[in-house]
Amino acid sequence: MATVMKKVDAVIVGFGWAGAIMAKELTEAGLQVVALERGPMQDTYPEGSYPQVIDELTYSVRKKLFVDVSKETVTIRHSMNDVALPNRQLGAFLPGKGVGGAGLHWSGVHFRVDPMELRMRSHYEERYGRKFIPEDMTIQDFGVSYEELEPHFDFAEKVFGTSGQAWTVNGQVVGEGKGGNPYAPDRSSPFPLPSQKNVVSARLFEKAAASLGYKPYNLPSANTSGPYTNPYGAQMGPCNFCGFCSGYVCYMYSKASPNVNILPALRQVPNFELRPNAHVLRVNLDDSKRKATGVTYIDAQGREVEQPADLVILAAFQFNNVRLMLLSGIGKPYDPIKNEGVVGRNFAYQNMGTVKAFFDKDTYTNNFIGAGGNGIAIDDFNADNFDHGPHGFVGGSPMWVNQAGTRPIAGGATPPGTPAWGSAWKKATADYYTHQVSMDAHGAHQSYRGNYLDLDPTYRDAYGQPLLRMTFDWQENDIRMNQFMVDKLSKIAQAMNPKTIAVLGKKVKDHFNTASYQTTHLNGGAIMGTDPKTSALNRYLQSWDVHNVFVPGASAFPQGLGYNPTGLVAALTYWSARAIREQYLKNPGPLVQA
Amino acid sequence: MPEHAPDNPRRDFLRKTLTLIPVVTVASTGLGVGASQLLAAPQHEPKVPATPPAGNYQPTFFTAEEWAFVQAAVSRIIPADELGPGALEAGAAEFIDRQMNTPYATGAQWYMQGPFKADAAPELGYQLQLSPQQIYRLGIAAVDGWCKANSGQVFAAQDSATRDHVLSKIEAGELAFDTVPAKVFFSLLVQNTREGFFCDPIHGGNKGMVGWTQIGFPGARADFMDWVERNEPYPFPAVSIRGERA
Ligand SMILES: Cc1cc2nc3c(=O)[nH]c(=O)nc-3n(C[C@H](O)[C@H](O)[C@H](O)COP(=O)(O)OP(=O)(O)OC[C@H]3O[C@@H](n4cnc5c(N)ncnc54)[C@H](O)[C@@H]3O)c2cc1C
Ligand code: SF4
Repeated sequence: MATVMKKVDAVIVGFGWAGAIMAKELTEAGLQVVALERGPMQDTYPEGSYPQVIDELTYSVRKKLFVDVSKETVTIRHSMNDVALPNRQLGAFLPGKGVGGAGLHWSGVHFRVDPMELRMRSHYEERYGRKFIPEDMTIQDFGVSYEELEPHFDFAEKVFGTSGQAWTVNGQVVGEGKGGNPYAPDRSSPFPLPSQKNVVSARLFEKAAASLGYKPYNLPSANTSGPYTNPYGAQMGPCNFCGFCSGYVCYMYSKASPNVNILPALRQVPNFELRPNAHVLRVNLDDSKRKATGVTYIDAQGREVEQPADLVILAAFQFNNVRLMLLSGIGKPYDPIKNEGVVGRNFAYQNMGTVKAFFDKDTYTNNFIGAGGNGIAIDDFNADNFDHGPHGFVGGSPMWVNQAGTRPIAGGATPPGTPAWGSAWKKATADYYTHQVSMDAHGAHQSYRGNYLDLDPTYRDAYGQPLLRMTFDWQENDIRMNQFMVDKLSKIAQAMNPKTIAVLGKKVKDHFNTASYQTTHLNGGAIMGTDPKTSALNRYLQSWDVHNVFVPGASAFPQGLGYNPTGLVAALTYWSARAIREQYLKNPGPLVQA
Repeated sequence: MPEHAPDNPRRDFLRKTLTLIPVVTVASTGLGVGASQLLAAPQHEPKVPATPPAGNYQPTFFTAEEWAFVQAAVSRIIPADELGPGALEAGAAEFIDRQMNTPYATGAQWYMQGPFKADAAPELGYQLQLSPQQIYRLGIAAVDGWCKANSGQVFAAQDSATRDHVLSKIEAGELAFDTVPAKVFFSLLVQNTREGFFCDPIHGGNKGMVGWTQIGFPGARADFMDWVERNEPYPFPAVSIRGERA
């Protein structure tokens, strides 16, 4: 028999960015809130304290902060006809597992969204016609506009302490010649902090891109360029480009995280409780299956505990949100054959391409210097900033140098043809470790009928529940876009006049490789929209089927963005929280009539 | 019979211990504001690394035969050469043995529930039932078995050129073993050797920070505020978590 806890107003599953933002908003509204986090308590101290944190083996290589796949993983297959196999070792993506979630060890590239990507299907149909979109491509509109989200992007940047350069503020151009992005949408206020400094590699990219007529800009970064106090009173100090950023806890209080930027404020209020080591198994529903009564979790000792609540927030990260919905019977599971059902559909990722340029010894790129959110980018090929007509693919890609710090075990790249061991490898590593530039095409990824999530029939987690199954592979559109982007990026690399370059792009018939890191930017599966037949959530991230369940996270994106997702995750969470505070609490029920 | 006589292990060891002592000159410390206290390093004499030389270590996981193999293999994967010490001198063998006593080595950090499908496409990642401990145990026995059958001597007894030749065959998939896929063993060996060459010395490898020094990685300094924009070599040698200086 499960122990039953005292009922609360709201229970939040997962304490990453989405969970922390919701906790802050709902406690401000006066609710009694409990956040359940499956992993341990973690914070700047002790997990991020210097010098023990400067340990590549422990953190990036043995993956101390990431999810423990021995307990819980996903299975993956390339098509519906294959048998899925478990992701036995972490590879392509690195989700978080403790307090702060991946928000504690992310990099900090902090974007908004290109407004057209919120209206992806409508925009492509309007500009290129219906037929331009491949038949099996299931891209959709989000059901919310940039204008509606702008105040929430703005506030999230103030909470994160984001460094960057605005292009326009309230229609006035302010960023010309200063590193602003001419393709960026209008803003209601400047970034809270000016842009960070730029590393030599980024400057080489900037110069090369400008020489080809592109418009380089400073990446908006949630690594601080100076001292900062956020609206919650949290203090941050300037980032020193320590180079142990992505995959690490920041020892400098310079990288925005739920732990640094939100948790200190939550600790001050009596109506909030954070319960780490609480692994939620499912959301409990009443007999009507239209209302949640709370959640059941396993505590640190392995006991089953029931936490009743009036409101349930699933903020457990993209694929965990989808899995919890499937395990709890919230929403109709997606059936790709009939193209019906909603939970699991529109699973999308990121379509990356990378080019490395290798230089002589007189160019010191000092790749051990870096900050996760920092760099210089171009948007000339992002979103729909160029005419897709002649190229025949959907989707765009920002391109950048985002030097987060290259550490020696993962290593710098070596020029093509270098052996993997022996004196020749050693020499190439010594010759190029501090003389190379790595640049990416961070391509948007579209959704397709065949890429979806459901429960695995065979493999189970440590608690006996079925694992989530990913059916996923690159489609023709993805390869075509990737080749186009990598070609453009290679030309920028060549314009730097390097000794040689290495190109890492996709080839026709390439399959999704679970073993090599892509990004932890997974999207969809519990998408928002305007039609309950094609979306699991309404435009306020509320389940169409169970009105007291809200599901913030990139699971709500109907397709992947060109940009990194967390800025939009945060803005949508604030947007959803406002709807809960201003509408739902007054009159609990569906906020949009189906 | 191998073409060359096996290298004399004792002479080899002495030569390599000598190259172990890194000779580093410290540039002047005019960094000014913002530099951490670590950057304000006083001039110091080149010194013998604080950690004991690799040769004193007694393995706790590997048997004597396995230990000989690991040493012989890492010394070829990252050899001592004109650039400086290699993985053996850096303590990579010791590092690997120490790692064998961590949860990583028993596969405790991996999802290890069956059914297993060992012949899965490589894009689906690692699908074997074997832990790193088992991969080493089986892989070493397989390579030694092959070497003995071919030349009457185990891997560690071969000269360096022959060892290189055997490693190349394993890497290329030209050797097939019954017990463990040769390529899986090889890539684990290369990965762990690199780790032992480049990890913080706190893990038993990278002694004297020789790996870091050869590529110009400054270790645990982690404060580059004043060097961000400079197209110049970074002036200071590496430091470790424990505060050793290269
Ligand atoms: C190395 C790395 C670098 C990244 N860099 C960037 C970047 O530069 N820019 C960007 O925009 N994004 C980046 N991301 C992605 C970013 O981290 C995520 O988008 C963001 O953290 C998502 O927030 P979230 O709240 O949805 O999920 P998370 O932050 O992952 O939080 C979810 C939490 O839920 C918990 N949880 C899961 N299941 C359960 C359960 N059953 N019961 C209880 N708790 C549960 C998890 O343990 C976790 O703590 C990066 C990610 C990684 C890994
Ligand atoms: S690079 Fe900057 S933000 Fe990142 S961990 Fe280091 S100090 Fe923190």
